[in-house]
Amino acid sequence: MTRKQRRLTMIGGSLAVLAVAAALVLNAMRDSIVFFSTPSMAAEKQIPTGKRFRLGGLVQPGSLVRGDNLAVNFSVADGAATLPVSYKGILPDLFREGQGVVAEGALDASGVFKADTVLAKHDETYMPKDVADALKKQGHWKDDYGAKPGASAASAPAQGVTK
Amino acid sequence: MIAEAGHYALVLALALALIQSTVPIAGARWGDAALMNVARSTALAQLLFVAVSFTALVMLHVSSDFSVVNVFENSHSTKPLIYKITGVWGNHEGSMLLWVAILALFGGLVAAFGNNLPLSLRAHVLAVQAWIAAAFYLFILVTSNPFLRIATPPIEGRDLNPVLQDIGLAVHPPMLYLGYVGFSISFSFAVAALLEGRIDAAWARWVRPWTLVAWIFLTLGIAMGSYWAYYELGWGGWWFWDPVENASLMPWLAGTALLHSAVVMEKRNALKVWTILLSILTFSLSLLGTFLVRSGVLTSVHAFATDPTRGVFILLILCLFIGGSLTLYAWRASALKQGGLFAPISREGALVLNNLFLTTACATVFIGTLYPLALEVLTSDKISVGAPFFNLTFGPLFVPLMMAMSFGPLLAWKRGDLLAAAQRLTAAGIAALVTIAVVYAWTYGGSTFAPLAIGLAIFVIGGAVTDLAERTALFRVPFATAMQRARGLPRSTWGTSFAHAGIGVALIGIICETTWNSEYIGTLKPSDVAKVAGYELKLDGVTQRQGPNFREMIAQFTVSLDGEKLSVMTPSKRNFTTRGSSTTEAALLTRGASQLYISLGETTNEGAVAVRIYHKPLVLLIWWGPILMAFGGMLSLSDRRLRVGAPKPAKASRALQAAE
Repeated sequence: MTRKQRRLTMIGGSLAVLAVAAALVLNAMRDSIVFFSTPSMAAEKQIPTGKRFRLGGLVQPGSLVRGDNLAVNFSVADGAATLPVSYKGILPDLFREGQGVVAEGALDASGVFKADTVLAKHDETYMPKDVADALKKQGHWKDDYGAKPGASAASAPAQGVTK
Repeated sequence: MIAEAGHYALVLALALALIQSTVPIAGARWGDAALMNVARSTALAQLLFVAVSFTALVMLHVSSDFSVVNVFENSHSTKPLIYKITGVWGNHEGSMLLWVAILALFGGLVAAFGNNLPLSLRAHVLAVQAWIAAAFYLFILVTSNPFLRIATPPIEGRDLNPVLQDIGLAVHPPMLYLGYVGFSISFSFAVAALLEGRIDAAWARWVRPWTLVAWIFLTLGIAMGSYWAYYELGWGGWWFWDPVENASLMPWLAGTALLHSAVVMEKRNALKVWTILLSILTFSLSLLGTFLVRSGVLTSVHAFATDPTRGVFILLILCLFIGGSLTLYAWRASALKQGGLFAPISREGALVLNNLFLTTACATVFIGTLYPLALEVLTSDKISVGAPFFNLTFGPLFVPLMMAMSFGPLLAWKRGDLLAAAQRLTAAGIAALVTIAVVYAWTYGGSTFAPLAIGLAIFVIGGAVTDLAERTALFRVPFATAMQRARGLPRSTWGTSFAHAGIGVALIGIICETTWNSEYIGTLKPSDVAKVAGYELKLDGVTQRQGPNFREMIAQFTVSLDGEKLSVMTPSKRNFTTRGSSTTEAALLTRGASQLYISLGETTNEGAVAVRIYHKPLVLLIWWGPILMAFGGMLSLSDRRLRVGAPKPAKASRALQAAE
């Protein structure tokens, strides 16, 4: 092979790999990206049933109901709207009524958000960043959310069990 | 007094770093050996002062001095001693101090063991190292001082985040930082080469051991972090494609590429400009990781309480170093002498292929990690890019990489013979096909993808074994002779085989765990039995216990297989009163490389407890793989060739200085 041919092989090979990678990325971008919404954004955007998204907001105090076989129902609120959520499984350690939560799933035909994942990605103030930002934008942010995690958290589990 | 001493030592370290970042460069310009040697003493003194500062913070934490904000916010008098020590870096300020301490350690090591480096190269390397150090000392002193006092000292501290009260905190962050920060050495060498306008094969030989050290620690650090998440978070997951995890994976991918391109540069004096670029990119990705984790743009267990000014400051450091080094690269790289091109089918051709795939894979991780941030800034749409994205992009790119991995070491330098390499790999290929057939038949009706992936892993391991067998002429000469040859092989050859086999081992673990994981989720009352993967787990009862700084609910399970009692497992849930938060302590039962995993949920009114039980087949291979890889790295590091030191740079390269 001449020098020129070698160079062309190298450049051609690299471009081919990059093209394949770009195609993979674009394809994955189309199918596997999940948007984030609060209950009021979800109502506004008319998200179709079955389309996956991430729902964020505060767990409505007093809304947590535990059924049989680890079925859990609760509502997520953002001050303007609420959305009922159903989930089956064990809630993360950091799940609290009145605190922030992010759930991933889709709406079913009756308008209930079927979550398959409830995320525990909080920092120590119990407020997921996405939720905090969304609440701030809608003007429902109070500075005392998460300011005293210890005080509010201590009473929350007791409510959860008795309900 | 201790806090003030620690603070003062840090200020002195900054002053030393400022001297180290200027004087040696001036010395190199004027050809003054005395000025260039300043770098050595200042680097060692800097290490001393940072060590003093770090020790001071450790002492404050150990003695629970709550008049210091950092100790008050992250410690508690009843916390066990080990967590008082590890809690030093379980918070933003302390972890940054650990970061600079490790940076100073690497600078000190170059100063102490860099005697065989040309004087001007050492001066330049240490000066660049000091630029980074100075920037981060300033960052700590201005925005994240760990030695601040409280006017009226409280009696008790707020305790460390319970999730972090684990032995993992003692190992994972220091390992990871040794990896991240270790890449600063190859970065400094790269920038020094650009400043000097000179680079040759000897340069690669000096850089390689440092890169290898950083890579070994990063490999172990990532694996350790993954195992920690697996047993501590209670979900049984070991990799979430979380941005923070990706932040550590990107430097690993780039660093792995760098290790391989440095080999080409050392042996064939080619790929010089590319190797320099990779050195810069690898450390830039480490800095990016530091930014992502420390700036608070992400929320995760890694992001401690955050403050926007810190984010802006780190972003400035990031722009300064990445922008500056890339500008320097664009300006000076053309002055470096280009190496020759070579045949695509050759050892160096295979290494180029490796680099191509690793950097492309790194780029897809980069896009997946930063695209949501960029989109949020531009359109304020919030999206999340999760595992499906990475499985669809990263996965396909790793397949050809792993196919090529077996061929590479069997090809000769300069001109390889693909057909001959393929012939030698016949045994590995047959082993892979047999494995595919056996696994497919055994799990008939299940996934078709999994047997293929396991076959690929076997091919990779087989390739690594073939390489060793070929070199020792095993089966062709008497066994004793082959053993003698094996002893005579360079350690780096053994290292390559172990590291490559490690990838295959990890892949088997990953595929088995994700495909044949079985789980039981439900509520159990005492003396209820759960059946998972043939095991019977009986809940004996639930007891309460008081720990040093928590209350604990312990469930006891008796595990039996085919009616025969195997063991007792005791998962627990800890409630930390100070922070009012709880952690799940999963119980693990190891059977060979497989594990049974139990984690507890809430208790219900009727005394039943929610449990999550997993059987994870061959899950431990996921971490044995990286351990094998790190072991291979260590073998390679102990190679005689690296100890003997690099040859003197070629005289001819002097002429290149005219390019300035």
